[in-house]
Amino acid sequence: MEFATLATIWFVLWALLWAVYFVLDGFDLGLGVLLPFLGGNEEERRIIYNAAGPFWDGNEVWLISAGGVTFAAFPKAYAVMFSALYAPLLLLLFALIFRAVSFEFRNKVESASWRALWDGVHFVSNLAPCVLLGVAFANLFSGIPVDARGVYHGSLLGLLNLYGLTGGLLFLSIFMMHGAIWLVVKTRGSLQTRALATAGLLWPVVLILLLLFLVLTIFYTDIYANYWRMPYLIVLPLLALAGLLGVPTMLNAGKPWLAWGSSALFIVSVTFFGVMGMFPGMIISSLDPAATVTAFNGASSPMTLKIMLGVALVMVPIVLLYQFWMYRLFSQPVTAKDLDDHAY
Amino acid sequence: MDVVMLSRLQFAVAVFFHFIFVPLTLGLSVILAWMETRYVRTGDEIWKRHVKFWGKLFLINFTLGVVTGITLEFQFGTNWSRYSEYVGDIFGSLLAIEATVAFFLESTFLAVWHFGWNKLGKKAHCACIWLVALAGNLSALWIILANGFMQHPVGYVINEAAGRAELSNFWEVVFNGYAWGMYAHTILASWALGGFFVLGVSAWHLLRKSHMDFFRRSFRMVAPYTLALTLILALSGDQQGKAVAEHQPAKLAAMESHWEGGRNVPFYLLVWPDPENERNSVETLGIPGLLSWISFGSADAEVKGLKDFPREDRPPVSATFWSFRGMVTLGALFIALALAATLQRKRETPCPRLLKALVWNIPLPYIGLMLGWAVAEIGRQPWIVHGLMRTSDAVSPVPSSSVAISLGAFIVVYSVLGILDIYLLRKYALKGPDAQEA
Repeated sequence: MEFATLATIWFVLWALLWAVYFVLDGFDLGLGVLLPFLGGNEEERRIIYNAAGPFWDGNEVWLISAGGVTFAAFPKAYAVMFSALYAPLLLLLFALIFRAVSFEFRNKVESASWRALWDGVHFVSNLAPCVLLGVAFANLFSGIPVDARGVYHGSLLGLLNLYGLTGGLLFLSIFMMHGAIWLVVKTRGSLQTRALATAGLLWPVVLILLLLFLVLTIFYTDIYANYWRMPYLIVLPLLALAGLLGVPTMLNAGKPWLAWGSSALFIVSVTFFGVMGMFPGMIISSLDPAATVTAFNGASSPMTLKIMLGVALVMVPIVLLYQFWMYRLFSQPVTAKDLDDHAY
Repeated sequence: MDVVMLSRLQFAVAVFFHFIFVPLTLGLSVILAWMETRYVRTGDEIWKRHVKFWGKLFLINFTLGVVTGITLEFQFGTNWSRYSEYVGDIFGSLLAIEATVAFFLESTFLAVWHFGWNKLGKKAHCACIWLVALAGNLSALWIILANGFMQHPVGYVINEAAGRAELSNFWEVVFNGYAWGMYAHTILASWALGGFFVLGVSAWHLLRKSHMDFFRRSFRMVAPYTLALTLILALSGDQQGKAVAEHQPAKLAAMESHWEGGRNVPFYLLVWPDPENERNSVETLGIPGLLSWISFGSADAEVKGLKDFPREDRPPVSATFWSFRGMVTLGALFIALALAATLQRKRETPCPRLLKALVWNIPLPYIGLMLGWAVAEIGRQPWIVHGLMRTSDAVSPVPSSSVAISLGAFIVVYSVLGILDIYLLRKYALKGPDAQEA
């Protein structure tokens, strides 16, 4: 296989890993943000925690994989991306640490104030990744000030431009909606009713932020150029539209699983829409086009790409298979009687 | 402080903190799998209670191990971006394989095991914890293969045009004997740590005569296992010492604070290094030819001294030397303790002094493991990849102020988490098992 083909395949896989990460961790991050709004009493709060219970940790591994694959297939992109985005990345990691700990520690001490403390930690540590991921990806789409040596010439506040902030809010609203739909799937009774109402409330917010983001994209990025160049990519925004429209349709039809699937389709398509719009760029330099790290100048050697492709083609289907089995095993709604001493 | 030193400190903080949780995860998962297998085989409810009691401690410990591992993976990019660019072709792929092969398996089946008591049959549930144990120990293999490449790089070529090292033989990297030696030593030490953890907690309860029957069982079960591990651990340490002698002679010289190279080198029981003056201020009780013998299997063998290497190629002597001596001393202590525990395991109540010693011993295997890693990593300096890239050339082009701030944040956050974790582990360890289930 030619190097260019290999690098292109890896670019698509790179996008796919991020997309899968957003779909899977997206709902449990969103749930964490919804906790203070939907968890009216201790029992409901515990149900919300346990709706993410067996899933969140395995979901987070997709982030590790996305990071690992960036490192293995595109070492230069990995090096520049994470050293340039030093502060936001560390904030993200600290938030994820506290999120994990809040799951595990919250129910380990019998005290209302201990629990309230961890509920607060849980909210903030789920909110921060939603926003940070959105800000980071919006800035990747528009380009960041890195020079040819990979030195970053911006600041943390520089990332919080209008486009970055809109990206952050867009991700937040999408993940919250995704989480609310998950809660519709995983609960019954009044909590389910409120989750359904919340999803309905968030849907127009997502739509408005999405439209705003798409308009700003014209001014801040060159993403649309790829769509002129490769018109068949238009299928991506169409899929995104289908997914977004599917959400209220399926919710109203009383099919929460399909609504969640629509929301997942929407997230995957939006991620691909953005990332394929960058192609072959991975870290676009806003200072100097020659400093841009692409799938071609940033990739590993053909041997590494081939070996890793073999690993991915064998392992990823296996992983998806047993994760799917696990989702099925725990597909039943969480109810009060499930809150035994094994539960969070 | 410059950005190199700050980045090294930050990595040291992050990796040592991570390694508070990893060895117990590795060691306890195996013991849990063994206990649950007993439960499945005998149907005896007490083993189920054991699995639940130790399992709770396992879960508290596990979470922090996972999340502190994520920060490490990304730190190669945030703080060591030059390194990542230079060897990512090889090193990055090992990390990616670790995630896809091991992390998914571990996290998914741990969740099934944790939440699936009522959803799975006995055997399927037991299979889950075996998969968790397998996955954890498999992830250690891949990350140590990556570390092994930094210690003894193999299977690569330098691509001058791209200015980086590239993979030339994947199997050489995967079957790097040096790395497998490190893996064996680390895994055995982690399993032994798990054994001492169970012995220590059991001893605490036996001392207080609480849940006697319960903790007598765990004590009896793991004492001989721990003894066997400490003995094999010593053998594997000897093997690894020989590998260091062969591939990293400067590290070996620093471990022994051995200055003048030569043949038939004695081993001194008492040494106090004086690196300023390139000598030892104390050097006595020598056993003739022993250093040559333990390094190369022959009393006549030549052992290079620190002075055979230019100053800029020598590792920090004192830190490497004391870490090594500390590790070996602890290793000897562990054999003695495990032996005493094994000899007394059949007694109704083992001798209180031994039990007390085992309780106080709980932190020591952690320290032993950390000292071992200090030898491996400080002894590798000044190289980040031995002989190929210097640590000072590997750091990210980020301002030192950023690293200073993040280092501060790491210290604060990790201290808080460490305290909370120890508090909860202690709370649940001392609480003892839940009452018999109906």
